[in-house]
Amino acid sequence: MSTPLPPADFTPAGFTPAGADETFWTATTEGRLLLPRCESCATVIWYPRPFCPRCGGRDVMWFPASGEATVYSYTVVRKARGGYRELTPYVVAYVELAEGPRILTNIVGCDPSEVGIGQAVTLVFDAPAAAAEDGGVRARLYRFRPAD
Amino acid sequence: MTVRGAAFIVGAHEHPRRDIPDLSVAEIHAEVALAALADAGLSPPDVDAYFCDSDAPGVGPLSMAEYLGTRCRHLDTTETGGASYLSHVGHAAAAIAAGKCQVALVVMGGRPRTLRLASGPSLAGAPETHYETHWGITDTVHNYALAAMRHMHEFGTTSRDLAEVKVAASLHAQHNPNAFLRKAVTVDDVLNSPMISDPLHRLDCCVMTDGGGAVVVASAEVARRLPRRSVAVLGHGEAAKGTGNGRPGLTYTAGVWSGPAAFAEAGVTPADIDYASVYDSFTITALMALEDLGFCEKGKGGRFVRDGALVAPHGRLPMNTDGGGLCNNQPDNRGGMARMIEAVRQLRGEAAAEVQVPDCRLAVVHGSGGRLATRSSAATLILGREDA
Ligand SMILES: [Zn+2]
Repeated sequence: MSTPLPPADFTPAGFTPAGADETFWTATTEGRLLLPRCESCATVIWYPRPFCPRCGGRDVMWFPASGEATVYSYTVVRKARGGYRELTPYVVAYVELAEGPRILTNIVGCDPSEVGIGQAVTLVFDAPAAAAEDGGVRARLYRFRPAD
Repeated sequence: MTVRGAAFIVGAHEHPRRDIPDLSVAEIHAEVALAALADAGLSPPDVDAYFCDSDAPGVGPLSMAEYLGTRCRHLDTTETGGASYLSHVGHAAAAIAAGKCQVALVVMGGRPRTLRLASGPSLAGAPETHYETHWGITDTVHNYALAAMRHMHEFGTTSRDLAEVKVAASLHAQHNPNAFLRKAVTVDDVLNSPMISDPLHRLDCCVMTDGGGAVVVASAEVARRLPRRSVAVLGHGEAAKGTGNGRPGLTYTAGVWSGPAAFAEAGVTPADIDYASVYDSFTITALMALEDLGFCEKGKGGRFVRDGALVAPHGRLPMNTDGGGLCNNQPDNRGGMARMIEAVRQLRGEAAAEVQVPDCRLAVVHGSGGRLATRSSAATLILGREDA
């Protein structure tokens, strides 16, 4: 993919996440994908929240994802809106992390025709963005590329 | 307690127009509400229960119930997208059975075509929003495409199979003078239309129209004294399905819960059904719903819809004889009401002659809302001819 996909468009500008969202998105500014895990039942939680939706436990610890995943499903987007409108075709996918959760993302770094279900992919982060003038978090989006 | 025998749809009206730049949303609601009441032989003072979702202007039902001149003792604003109005009918039937009300008005309408609004309710502030709406997932179709792709991978469903759903809808729409798209299309037409989000083509997507619809649900006592043929509400089920803590199943819908609940309440099975109205936001939506409702095994939906199975009047399961969301209309980006109204026509024997199912006694109506690959709703109704 020649043109980079757009950074996260958090609105209103100067995204000020709180709670589990803050822990998660702040880590992305350092290029880390953190996952919450329930200390009571060991379930890896997705999307992030400060409790376990499986057992109701409130003792949640964060750990870094390995970055290894496989494509669970995908679509090649050929018509889109907003900042993505001129960037078609691009690939939106559910990838299944080695840790369990299936998360929404893009597959980048290859031709869309090379993507398939079951393909091994590896975590990549967008380049750091310039500091926000308003002091808001400049979260970086996590995407995946074909594994080496 | 069962709703069976307690509640009847006594009036229904679908707005005939698909472009309505000259009316306000409130006026569209009023047109369909008054017409549905007139169809029933009733007027606003007879209404004692009001049902709407977030497409109604104002706070819940407060503005519209007053605007129409009703005084209500039962209110319900369940919002589940395209499934809302089926839930409303189920809730109305239960409320009638419990003695909470006698005449319930269920109303929807909107102008997404005029206002160029493609999305439903705002997701701002929802806890999942920032984990699901970046990465260029800018349109609903991108989400549904993920489900379609996985269904194809697991079960061998093909684009030709999905196209059959559109072909059947288009054959029916030829006979609906109000339908937005009235031209019959072929499987190849669908496959040759532009790919929007693999594997969904433009003709796998529903139309975008203004419009609205309303139904009146009344007690057996009220229904008996009205002149029109009514339709019995025999069963209802509803459910919500999410991402399951990050382990979403993409090949089934909340219909796996709403369908069996509705059939069980009605005491019938899919084999008993003469006609199906199934919300078809995309071809894959209807195909997966048919599996989940039990018309075929999971994964066999592609095979089930082949060979004109859905084409009225003589297919194995005539479906969406008004043309569905794929051809007829999609008022306010929500298809449940319009599909339900066509089932009422079928059970009254008032569908277009070319598509009227002979001796139509039992119908299933199925609606869905939200987004299939993340979180979605389903609501199922079993409706019967007055004497069913
Ligand atoms: Zn737990």
